[in-house]
Amino acid sequence: MKQYLSFFRIRFQTGLQYRTAAIAGISTQFVWGGMEILMFKAFYEASPGAFPMSFEALTSYVWLQQAFLALFMPWFWDAEIFKAISDGNISYELCRPAGLYEMWFTKNMAIRLSKAVLRCFPVLIAAVFLPAPYGIMLPGDIQGTVLFLLSMLLAFGVVVAFSMLIYISVFFTISGQGIKMISSCLAEFLSGAVIPLPFMPDGLRQLAEFLPFASMQNAPLRIYSGDIAGAAAWQVIALQLFWLVFMCAAGKLLMHRALKQVVVQGG
Amino acid sequence: MKLYLHYLSIHVRSAMEYKTSFILTALGQFLVSFNVFLGVFFMMERFNNVKCFTYSEILLCFSTVLISFSLAECFFRGFDMFPSMIGNGEFDRILVRPRNTVFQVLASKIELTRIGRLFQAFIMLGYGIIKSGIKWDFLRVLTLVLMIVGGITVFAGLFIIFAGLCFFTLEGLEVMNIFTDGAREYGKYPVSVYGKTVLTICSYIVPFALFQYYPFLYLIGRDVPVWYCALPVLTAMFLIPSCLIWRLGMKKYQSTGS
Repeated sequence: MKQYLSFFRIRFQTGLQYRTAAIAGISTQFVWGGMEILMFKAFYEASPGAFPMSFEALTSYVWLQQAFLALFMPWFWDAEIFKAISDGNISYELCRPAGLYEMWFTKNMAIRLSKAVLRCFPVLIAAVFLPAPYGIMLPGDIQGTVLFLLSMLLAFGVVVAFSMLIYISVFFTISGQGIKMISSCLAEFLSGAVIPLPFMPDGLRQLAEFLPFASMQNAPLRIYSGDIAGAAAWQVIALQLFWLVFMCAAGKLLMHRALKQVVVQGG
Repeated sequence: MKLYLHYLSIHVRSAMEYKTSFILTALGQFLVSFNVFLGVFFMMERFNNVKCFTYSEILLCFSTVLISFSLAECFFRGFDMFPSMIGNGEFDRILVRPRNTVFQVLASKIELTRIGRLFQAFIMLGYGIIKSGIKWDFLRVLTLVLMIVGGITVFAGLFIIFAGLCFFTLEGLEVMNIFTDGAREYGKYPVSVYGKTVLTICSYIVPFALFQYYPFLYLIGRDVPVWYCALPVLTAMFLIPSCLIWRLGMKKYQSTGS
């Protein structure tokens, strides 16, 4: 456990060094959030009745999404891992006295978390001070907040566990380009990064809500805004837990298989 | 021009050396913008219209922005990659060659993988043209062409500005991506959708509305003066400040020494 913690610390601290990049990120997130909300406002004005969630819930969703982008962005990959697999550096990693799966998992968590820590606060603080329907609403009750935090944690885990599956698949395919692309596009759309899931048509929406992608940003963001509450929230969290356990187990199993037959090609 | 064609053929041939990689990247470009399209599709299906624009009209607007952005990114990618060019001293090599610097940076990179995005844009354009019921006459076709050319001009101007600023900062200014990526991302809806403030900014500061909004109104037959269709021509003025910044930067340029 100790070695993973220090792994986490090293990665986390390296990530914190990139401050200029973070400033660029923050300003982008502001503009994106603002434009997104203005866009939804136009649709809201077109026909409020067709709006599947309350406008305040939507704005909170958008701001949280922008603030915690780094935790949930499905198109972010650790290039080092792909490189290690294809150029044979994996053999060094295998010499370390730590489980490869756990090591990569913590590494990924640390990178995403360091990015998020640098970026989330300015966005959140500004969003709190924006006038009523456009800003982020404060969390309602204690129960909702606890559920939100729990769901956030699980969503983060699901995102990392999912990307682990993709990393591991590269053991079998060597080039990760294709699978990386398709999986991040699928995950982006089905996790509600393009439009929140409630805006999707019936049928697709029900299907999407059951898929693991809905256990990513969709779950905590909608729980926060009260779009999912009470018993439904518990159900969503249970589903998140299921996908997390399932994907970790699948990942470990696949990794075990892959490492049995790993061939380091010279280099 | 002949030299540029020669560069072009080199880039095409080098891209074809790695066919799988080329196809996959192009497919990736397609998929990413396909996600955006799906978003628009589901929103329009639910709401039918936004600020009185119908689905087919939105697609027309979206496709012109996407076409101009892809073409600009395809041919002006050299300026986009300029920070690394300065950083690794590649630019010093350009300076010693007896050709115009802008031309050489322009020709240094041609990103053909943008064809994936272009492909999607043309499909949407086709659909928009068929479904929107526009009565096409010569002036309207001209407007459409002008919109696309104007779009390429604005994006090219932006790329040159970023590159010009790199002379001063010596590193990439990621903040600037707000304008290019933002326009690609949010140009899917006519600018007026985002309200008055955004429309003003996009008319007078960064002239997105000049090619995306005003001529578009004329194109879809809204009640606007005919001269709106000539507005994309004005985007050429945007090249003046961008070239000035480039010149200024060139004068100040000291090599990074690597």
